[in-house]
Amino acid sequence: MQLEAMDRELMCSGHVGCPGCGATIAMRFALKTLGEKTIMVLPACCWSVIAGPFPQSSLKIPVIHTAFETGGATASGVRAALDMRGDEETTVVVWAGDGGTFDIGFQALSGAVERNENFIYICYDNEAYMNTGIQRSSSTPYGAWTTTTSGSDWKKLRKKNIVEALVAHRIPYAATANIAYPEDLVRKVRKARETKGSRFLHIYASCPTGWRIPAEMSVRIARMAVQTNIFPLYEVENGIDYTINVKPREYLVREYFKLQGRFRHLSEEDLDQIQGMVNEDWERLLRKAGERA
Amino acid sequence: MKKVLEGSQAVAEAVRLAKVQVISAYPITPQTHIVEILSDYVATGRMNAKYLRVESEHSCMAALIGAQSAGVRTFTATCSQGLALMHELLHWAAGARLPIVMGEVNRALAPGWNIWCDQTDSLAQRDTGWMQLYCEDSQEVLDATILAYRLAERVNLPTMVVLDAFYLSHTYEPVDVPEQEEVDRFLPPYKPAFTLDPGHPYSLSPLVTPNAYMEMRHDIALAMEDALAIFDEVEGEFARIMGRRYGAVEEIDTDDADVIFVTSGAVTSTVRLVLEELRSRGEKVGALKIKLFRPFPTEAVRRALSKGRKAVVVDRNYSFGASGIFAQEVRAALCNAPGHPPVFGYIAGLGGRDITTQMLSHIYFEVKESEAPLRESVWVGRQEVNRAT
Repeated sequence: MQLEAMDRELMCSGHVGCPGCGATIAMRFALKTLGEKTIMVLPACCWSVIAGPFPQSSLKIPVIHTAFETGGATASGVRAALDMRGDEETTVVVWAGDGGTFDIGFQALSGAVERNENFIYICYDNEAYMNTGIQRSSSTPYGAWTTTTSGSDWKKLRKKNIVEALVAHRIPYAATANIAYPEDLVRKVRKARETKGSRFLHIYASCPTGWRIPAEMSVRIARMAVQTNIFPLYEVENGIDYTINVKPREYLVREYFKLQGRFRHLSEEDLDQIQGMVNEDWERLLRKAGERA
Repeated sequence: MKKVLEGSQAVAEAVRLAKVQVISAYPITPQTHIVEILSDYVATGRMNAKYLRVESEHSCMAALIGAQSAGVRTFTATCSQGLALMHELLHWAAGARLPIVMGEVNRALAPGWNIWCDQTDSLAQRDTGWMQLYCEDSQEVLDATILAYRLAERVNLPTMVVLDAFYLSHTYEPVDVPEQEEVDRFLPPYKPAFTLDPGHPYSLSPLVTPNAYMEMRHDIALAMEDALAIFDEVEGEFARIMGRRYGAVEEIDTDDADVIFVTSGAVTSTVRLVLEELRSRGEKVGALKIKLFRPFPTEAVRRALSKGRKAVVVDRNYSFGASGIFAQEVRAALCNAPGHPPVFGYIAGLGGRDITTQMLSHIYFEVKESEAPLRESVWVGRQEVNRAT
């Protein structure tokens, strides 16, 4: 792995994440790339806890913990203050979960990126409210069990396509990334750091606790999300220029679903239907990128 | 220099003179003049500040929490629904010990939609940890806003400067606007107690277990207690430079009074007129204006009201199921003082209805002729209507 900053470690051991937590892997690689001149805005999410209780912290950068729905707004204020103090060097980064991004924080995020506020917004996506104990969010995928979509009431609605919502704001840079593709992730964080204006990264971060998978499967399942086209890796510049970064081997989604307890209730027919949905989304993405299926 | 200003302009002038560095606001009537003027000051270079045109009041307060945490002086103005929407983050700003200053224009809460004067919006935030200053006229609005920065930054708690919708926000009065040099002598550049700095990485507002939370809250309680004395100190500094001081409370003709009105905000001016008229007829009546509502000046209120035989609180607000909110606070302040006077509570002027001199005279004679209050609250100036069933 040719990565200039891999020796740099701005996240300490001793954090309180669950074994196999994808969000900690995402944080570690992101910080290696972002470097010390970073201020992090951390709205309520798993990482509010993972960072450790007062007076401890597993992060070696300044962090402002803030209310659930305020990531975009708080970061706007931090950036404004740094600009007034003449500090253009420090990067302001929001680090939020899917609930704080797709749901309760969406307004503040949309408002901030419409103003093209100069910060990076990183959403680590574990596809439900995991910190409160696995409740469905608008990021929870079709078919998933959560504690609020249980039994026969499993989620029968699509996951919100957050990147496309951000792309619709015509921001300078929006991209997906995945903990199982660290070179790609690091490159995108670096690209985001070097871009001005509103930048958005959507990082797939598996959750063994909430997905009912063994901790050691965390990275493998993350990789399969890309290889099945469930979570394509791509980036969009200025809301227009699409680039697909990984051309997957197109495993069947069935293989991804079968490994996870949260999808255990799905029938073969359900899985066929989901395969159709994934194919349809992939073809739409290819068209946007000007490529053929 | 004397200028004829709206209350809103008085706020904006004070914010300019305080050299605020980040302003964030969302439009809501009747606060908008304040932030329109500030937007113009920033656009034309009269202020060296960033103006964040956020998409809601909630985001507005979040942005100020971010900016103040990163070490700059901040301001916003709002009212009514906007303040209610900020509620969560009002707690946050105080808990995070950030000296944010806000202009709060007292406006009624919906429904029904009503843009006129009513204090329930700001009083409903009394438990958030913000200091609150209620102003009587535009001069006091300007002075209180400048003073609020010094006070907030000494105490490390946020401060709300409260002014009546329209009666103050949209009324032109002569106001003495201090020179920049005078304000600079009173208000030094902001030196944050802590700040977000990559050179010294701290985590602000992290997870706090039961092992530490209570001590943090107690620290805020102590800061609020200290704020009473600091308010006096800061007012003294202000008076030495500007020649004006107001007091946490102001006693008007209380020394020989039998009945003492308790007021806040612009209605105090109306009470002053009524006092002149009644005094000329030999009535022994006085008034106690409460400017500082948080922290509540309990001792000063006790001292003033114990001079009279009866206290009567005029509340332009109401707490359903209880009473007027100033009346509650006054009763609470008096209840442990032996031999304290009875407290009569009157509710008047909700949703922008005028509180007239006739109304206040009527209240005075009713109280004079009653031995004790028959009810916790008497609503005055109310029309008879069939009750909703």
